[in-house]
Amino acid sequence: MAVILRVENLHKSFKVGFIPKKKKILKGISLEVKEGEIFGYLGPNGAGKTTTLKCILGLIFPEKGNIKIFNQPHLSLKAKEKVGYLPENPYFYDYLTATEFLQFYCQLSLLKKKEKEEKIPQLLRLVGLEESADLQLRKFSRGMLQRIGLAQALIHDPSLIFLDEPLGGLDPLGRKEIRDIIVRLKEEGKTVFLCSHILQDIEMICDQVAIIVNGQIVNQGSLQDLISEKILFTEITLSGINSDNLKNIGEVISSTGGKTLVKVVNEDNIEKVIDIVHRQKGKIHSLIPRTATLEDLFVDMVKQR
Amino acid sequence: MKIKAIAANTFREAIRDRILYLLLFFAAASLIFSRLLALLTVGDRVKIIKDVGLASLSLFGALMAILMGTGLVYKEIDKKTIYTLLSKPIHRYQFLLGKYLGLVLTLLVMLSLMSLIFLAIVFAHTLRVEWPLLVAIFYIFIEICLITAVAIFFSCFSTPILSSIFSLSFYLIGHLSWGLEAPISKMKPGLVKILAQIVYTFLPDLENFNFKTEIVHHLPLPSKVFLFSAAYGIFYIIFLLALAVLVFRKRDFI
Repeated sequence: MAVILRVENLHKSFKVGFIPKKKKILKGISLEVKEGEIFGYLGPNGAGKTTTLKCILGLIFPEKGNIKIFNQPHLSLKAKEKVGYLPENPYFYDYLTATEFLQFYCQLSLLKKKEKEEKIPQLLRLVGLEESADLQLRKFSRGMLQRIGLAQALIHDPSLIFLDEPLGGLDPLGRKEIRDIIVRLKEEGKTVFLCSHILQDIEMICDQVAIIVNGQIVNQGSLQDLISEKILFTEITLSGINSDNLKNIGEVISSTGGKTLVKVVNEDNIEKVIDIVHRQKGKIHSLIPRTATLEDLFVDMVKQR
Repeated sequence: MKIKAIAANTFREAIRDRILYLLLFFAAASLIFSRLLALLTVGDRVKIIKDVGLASLSLFGALMAILMGTGLVYKEIDKKTIYTLLSKPIHRYQFLLGKYLGLVLTLLVMLSLMSLIFLAIVFAHTLRVEWPLLVAIFYIFIEICLITAVAIFFSCFSTPILSSIFSLSFYLIGHLSWGLEAPISKMKPGLVKILAQIVYTFLPDLENFNFKTEIVHHLPLPSKVFLFSAAYGIFYIIFLLALAVLVFRKRDFI
């Protein structure tokens, strides 16, 4: 797959405070995004995710570094024509209705009248806002703003779509719907660059992941490579036995309502626990092996720094 | 085309803004007030009505330009609507020019409305349409366009309150700067005089657009003066917009 976004050695600092003092935000970010993948860009708050995105989109100017989108300089109109963007906590012209808003963005993207007439209802349907087409945006809820924001990002049929926290502030159902849309975009052959700190969502849909901490990328690769399949520990819920017997085998995490939750690290110890339960005529309710999650990896990375 | 789309959206935004109607209301009130003033005057009442009327048009036009011009660009940045806008395939100068033209269009509509009221009041007194007044109104329009360019320029890098203060100062300085000519000419030759002359040259002179007295009192004016004023306004506007584009081009939207 061809690389369609290449960022090399990006540096950016801002002046902060009354007596301006330079604060480095990005310290040499380099990354590559290939065509057709969902690229997850993760990092704690203030790590520089949005700043990277703004540099790529030409909203701020990096001090050093090189950005190419489809092999074009990132500020050229040719590059911008292929890019869609949904900012974090989007806010739009609240005096416009959803249809007027999308019409305005159609004009900016030089869409023809006929295309416009087809595109707008189609996008409203995609993001589930058909019934609010003639409602002013000031009456929209946060979730609805997020959806209309997604519609505006897709209006000129871009090949590369940047989404900054697209699932933030949405209820579980809304999150699922947006996630489904993102997956559908991938199926249509589009590339999605996803900034987020909601790791479960990223884990479910991303192909490639980069983790940024403190303005530097600390880990980057395909999701499978980053998260090993190795079992870290096993959680066993059991009842009917004296938890003192388990002390040397596993760690008792809680015991409420007659049930005991035990964390067992070694696989041999699992056999021992089962043995004890059999002998004392107890009962095993569940036995769940825990593999490493993106969250574990993320927490590890952030802690190391 | 893209500039047109942004201008149209700016126009729509401005027209749906309540502050505009408040100003329009006050402008209308002040025009009607000129009728009251005329009643209290001995002599030519119509002249008072014309004088006060034109002054109201100029003042309220400038106020509209300042209040809306300083807020429009800042609001886009503050509310972050500019993020999605600039990520679309448009240049930054197109955004700025679109904003400017949209605002000028709004002010044209508002000035036309106010002028209509004004001309109607004059008509009620003289029973004929006074076409020469339109020339004075045209130059008021150029002045308002210039003030809008000032407001947009300041709002490229400053907050609305500061920009409003700067623009208002520009307006006041612009109308008072001609008064400097006499004291400067009386200065002793030397460095101070040269400096004062340089400052005087660069200070805006909005009195160039003030033909109220001449037109109200039917004084003759050579067409050269009209041409010079129009050219002065247009060049000043182009200069300010170019400056605004330069500042805006390099700005980070944090």
